[in-house]
Amino acid sequence: MTPAPDLSISGTATIDGATLFAPLTLTLGAGAWTCLLGGSGVGKTTVLRLIAGLETGAEFTGRITASDGRPVSERVAYMAQDDLLLPWATVAQNVSLGARLRGETVDLDRRDRLIERMRLQDHLTRKPSELSGGQRQRVALARTLMEDRPIVLLDEPFSALDARTRADMQDLAAEALRGRTVLLVTHDPAEAARLGQSIVVMTQHGLTPCDPPAAPAPRAVDDPNALETQGALLKLLREAA
Amino acid sequence: MRYLSALAATLFALAVWQGVVSLTGLPKFILPGPGLVAETWWQNRWLIAEHTWTTAVEVVIGLACGTLLGVVTALQLANSRVARVLVQPMLVFTQALPVFALAPLLTLWLGYGLWSKVAMAVLIIYFPITSSFFDGLMRTPAGYLDLARTMQASRGAVLWHIRIPAALPSLASGMRLAAVYAPIGAVIGEWVGSSQGLGYLMLLANGRAKTDLMFAAMLTLGVFSILLHMIVRRATAGMAGEMR
Repeated sequence: MTPAPDLSISGTATIDGATLFAPLTLTLGAGAWTCLLGGSGVGKTTVLRLIAGLETGAEFTGRITASDGRPVSERVAYMAQDDLLLPWATVAQNVSLGARLRGETVDLDRRDRLIERMRLQDHLTRKPSELSGGQRQRVALARTLMEDRPIVLLDEPFSALDARTRADMQDLAAEALRGRTVLLVTHDPAEAARLGQSIVVMTQHGLTPCDPPAAPAPRAVDDPNALETQGALLKLLREAA
Repeated sequence: MRYLSALAATLFALAVWQGVVSLTGLPKFILPGPGLVAETWWQNRWLIAEHTWTTAVEVVIGLACGTLLGVVTALQLANSRVARVLVQPMLVFTQALPVFALAPLLTLWLGYGLWSKVAMAVLIIYFPITSSFFDGLMRTPAGYLDLARTMQASRGAVLWHIRIPAALPSLASGMRLAAVYAPIGAVIGEWVGSSQGLGYLMLLANGRAKTDLMFAAMLTLGVFSILLHMIVRRATAGMAGEMR
């Protein structure tokens, strides 16, 4: 993996002439987790999809740049709320999907190491339908890591999980994605307070940066500082509505 | 349980049939009873088997060719906007034409033998195969395509690794429909011009007022179609179960 760059997106987006978000600038610190927190429909997923180079349905005017001056969208790995596992492929095949799609030879050692790291070694030849929600998201995380990209874009990847599994996945992802430039889009203040090394609240009025809790991420689920931040973030979200 | 209910339904149908024959007293050249038909079937079993074989060959070749043609067409349509603009309206038009109307023409072009019937079977299943597979190919879940895009997949790789496997259940349902339609196509072809096959046998028996033989041929065709459907169903079970 190349060293993770700073990332910056600045500009405005419109849908059919209506403003989706007014001019804004979001900077993602190199090798750090930035949590973009906001309610539905404020355009936070659009920001993520723009960085990923995906279809958004919105007209974007502005710039997306990396501090090392190299192109952005071909250096991202993407993880969504839906695990997007191919139902006809085994766990092992899903993890190595990227290489197969690019016609590259799969690094089998690396694949197996990642699968083991995600504690999935007993499920190598299983199909996704045979796995629990948490296991499926771990396969998706292994697939994301297999891509070995310096920039990782997470679109509410844990929001469909139950509370315990979600906390486990947050710890696992925080540890596994350390050192990469991560953008986590979420609507959950608790998640932002646990994971964000930088936290930005997105409302229809624009972006509001918030101080992250003092402890290093991932913070304990009962970390008083994180709980306080969670409260402050929720308050901010409610005021904006 | 399933076999038991199928057996019950068959017995019920036979009872209704026999009931109608007994109650109305219709002459046997109008409506022969199940007993007579069974007897005729047994007496003519070799004749019927021979004609069934002819029809079966037509249907199986037609099914194979039609499926292949439909799959290739659907892939072309899914892959090329130009093909969609040029070919799709034509496809709908061919479906709007009743196949019955084309049968005399096909017989004129391809003769009285096997190939005009194969062509009929192909024509009748081409549209369901093409349109079901094409629909499947165009309805790939958007998330998969997003993911592939962030992985810098080529169009060909996306088609092969994602769109085709995701469309297999649709193709499977098209093929199951085709298994029911293909015998219809072949039999229509035989009606229009032939000297062999169950369709021919039905016409022949009808012309000679051998209604019992006609019933025997007709029921054989029905059983054949059901068997074919079951075989195709079994064969495509893996494809249909591919999606969760």
